[in-house]
Amino acid sequence: MQHSKWLLAVAMVAASLTGTVVPSMSSAQTNSGEATVKEIEKYRQALGDGNPAELWEARGEEMWKQKRGPKNASFEQCDIGLGPGKVKGAYAVLPKYFADTDKVEDLESRLVTCMVMLQGIRYDAARKNPFGSPEQKSDIEALVAYVTAESRGMKMNIGGNHPKEKEAYAIGKAMFFHRGGPHDFGCVTCHGADNQRIRLQDLPNLTKKEQAQRAYTSWPAYRVSQGEVRTFQWRLFDCFRQQRFPELEFTSQGSIALTTYLAKNANGGVLSAPSIKR
Amino acid sequence: MKTTQLASLAVAGLAASVVVGVGAQTIKPTQAEIVMKASFKDRGQAKVDRLSQDETQRLCSQYPQKLPKEIGKKIESLNMKSMKYPTDGNLLGDWKEGEKIAQSGVGKQFSDNPANPSGGNCYACHQLTKEEISYGNIGPSLYNYGKLRGNSEAIQKYTYGKIYNADAYSACTNMPRFGHSGILTEQQIKHVTALLLDPNSPVNK
Repeated sequence: MQHSKWLLAVAMVAASLTGTVVPSMSSAQTNSGEATVKEIEKYRQALGDGNPAELWEARGEEMWKQKRGPKNASFEQCDIGLGPGKVKGAYAVLPKYFADTDKVEDLESRLVTCMVMLQGIRYDAARKNPFGSPEQKSDIEALVAYVTAESRGMKMNIGGNHPKEKEAYAIGKAMFFHRGGPHDFGCVTCHGADNQRIRLQDLPNLTKKEQAQRAYTSWPAYRVSQGEVRTFQWRLFDCFRQQRFPELEFTSQGSIALTTYLAKNANGGVLSAPSIKR
Repeated sequence: MKTTQLASLAVAGLAASVVVGVGAQTIKPTQAEIVMKASFKDRGQAKVDRLSQDETQRLCSQYPQKLPKEIGKKIESLNMKSMKYPTDGNLLGDWKEGEKIAQSGVGKQFSDNPANPSGGNCYACHQLTKEEISYGNIGPSLYNYGKLRGNSEAIQKYTYGKIYNADAYSACTNMPRFGHSGILTEQQIKHVTALLLDPNSPVNK
């Protein structure tokens, strides 16, 4: 119902994009970049009117309240940053240091921690399916959609003064500037300067506050091209794939460190996720 | 466990490892490398050894903003030393093949089949022709590259060399070292050189 209305909207916007933007670009080469950016922005706004991420949010909320695992416990006693059971606004303080694990954790790793500690699920089983497909939906993606939606409209307010948070930031920063692999790429190659594009895709300069805020606060997101809600862990995983690096392990120390660096750069931004992206 | 050991090693290294000139909270890439190596795993053709840096990558990571002149010179001469030109002396291939290579972004990702040839993905960062309007801007526009420079032997050699190993001319450029790092073959680089220099190529129309 809502879904089909939304699909129609996508089709209409897509039709108007191919129908108007492309020809006008070839006739006006000089302004093509700017015009395209404006059209893509309009397209994004139209998509935002009906976001299928709502389906993930609803599934995640149900899962949050459901008794699961060998200990038959729900997530309702899970501390994701503001104390046991507090969901509203919790995403805005992540990643942060947690005393019970003596680690800096992001949302995804903290959900795994709760599955293991509260619900008695085995660590490997809890991390098994982080990125879902139509055949095999991911519990993590649904839970992340629910939790992040509960911080929509709130200001990011992460700390960073704990020694382990400082350590994570420093490691994340070094990872950002680490160039390697067959192409000599690092995060910095695409995200270290203003006004850069790959083909027609704009690239945020993640070392600058305003651009980092805009990018960071829009994750997680429903990806139209994939038909799934993707988490920030997925965003990093897929960036490294395109960087020609090996696979970034889900909830690894490095993944959380890089998230900490990027979140700190974006601190103060207003969360708008789950959003919708091409 | 392995991970915990590595992590505590990283912490131990932190205090002593502040790099001068890049900011107080920066640590040497070598310290972060320990955590990085424990955070990635082999997948397909992309093995964890890709995180290990050669001298060029190490220095370019160390000076992301202001590269000291003498270090830039060192990187350029290091890369110039390993420059290889085709043994048959011919630097120009077929511009039509070059255009296909410029369009293709496949290759070297863990999701790519290593049996297939890699592309150069030139359009990701450069404008090349009037016809292709979907191009990036990380590199300069190369439209009319040959028309502006001519097709002399010196220009041919420079162009082939720049594609083979851009760091030999411009230290810490964002451009991959297509020949040096085995992304493109000698024949493929000849094709891309022709795309840039052939008077009949759409680049020069």
